[in-house]
Amino acid sequence: MLLTPIPTDWILGLTGGLMIGGASALLLLGNGRILGASGILGGLVDGTGSNNAGERAVFLLGLIGAPALAVWVFGRPESHITGNLALLAVAGVLVGLGTRLANGCTSGHGVSGMSRFSPRSIVSTLIYLGVGFATFYVGRHIAGAF
Amino acid sequence: MRNVISLSAGAIFGLGLLISGMTDTAKVQGWLDLAGNWDPTLAFVLGGAILPMALAWRIAARRKIAVTGEAIPAMPAQVIDARLVGGSALFGIGWALAGFCPGPAIAVLAWGGAPALVFGLAMVGGMLAFAGLERLRSRVALPA
Repeated sequence: MLLTPIPTDWILGLTGGLMIGGASALLLLGNGRILGASGILGGLVDGTGSNNAGERAVFLLGLIGAPALAVWVFGRPESHITGNLALLAVAGVLVGLGTRLANGCTSGHGVSGMSRFSPRSIVSTLIYLGVGFATFYVGRHIAGAF
Repeated sequence: MRNVISLSAGAIFGLGLLISGMTDTAKVQGWLDLAGNWDPTLAFVLGGAILPMALAWRIAARRKIAVTGEAIPAMPAQVIDARLVGGSALFGIGWALAGFCPGPAIAVLAWGGAPALVFGLAMVGGMLAFAGLERLRSRVALPA
């Protein structure tokens, strides 16, 4: 904890957030591309992004490689992933299918779309936030599943 | 040049996700736990990310083209349809169940072990399911 009353996690969140937005700005102003994690991966998975597959692949290389290097140097952070593999499998399918149907996720809609006041992105973000809150409430406080 | 920019953006994005705590499912689920021990960190992450992008869109509106000559993508057609609403809802459910959205789920692959791999593969499976549905829809020629 710092000596200030502001929690360290909030400062780290803001710092990391500025980096996320900075990376999105770099990709937009540098390459004319919108940084959306689900779109970049999804285009590789189903071949719709085959005309710029190289750019997508090196983006994913940086996304996996840079944090991997940081973790290797500074130590492994806690990720608190559940050991319930069935739950992870169901959640993963929903995230993959849902973000492709909605054409965006937290990065594409939440960061890049919201910051240009795209109505679609604002609607999408409000829905996944709202459904996320509701799902977590039911899952933890009613069903006690996690 | 395009690949250098793309690699750098991926690297900065990944480090931002790591530093902000978004690769920790407890931080994400703590944000979603309004009725429990609520953790507002995610609001700082989203707010911090939107600031530079809002500036970038203002610059992009003036320049019209990116540094490498590519046109700045136009605002997509603003159709609020069942795909957008339903897809966002499915994403919200999965996001809450596991505490991962796509970016952090990819970043965590290097150190998340078997559980991270299971989520990642399932996510790719969901994307393939989407591609399959798209093919099916074009074959039966349903209206979009």
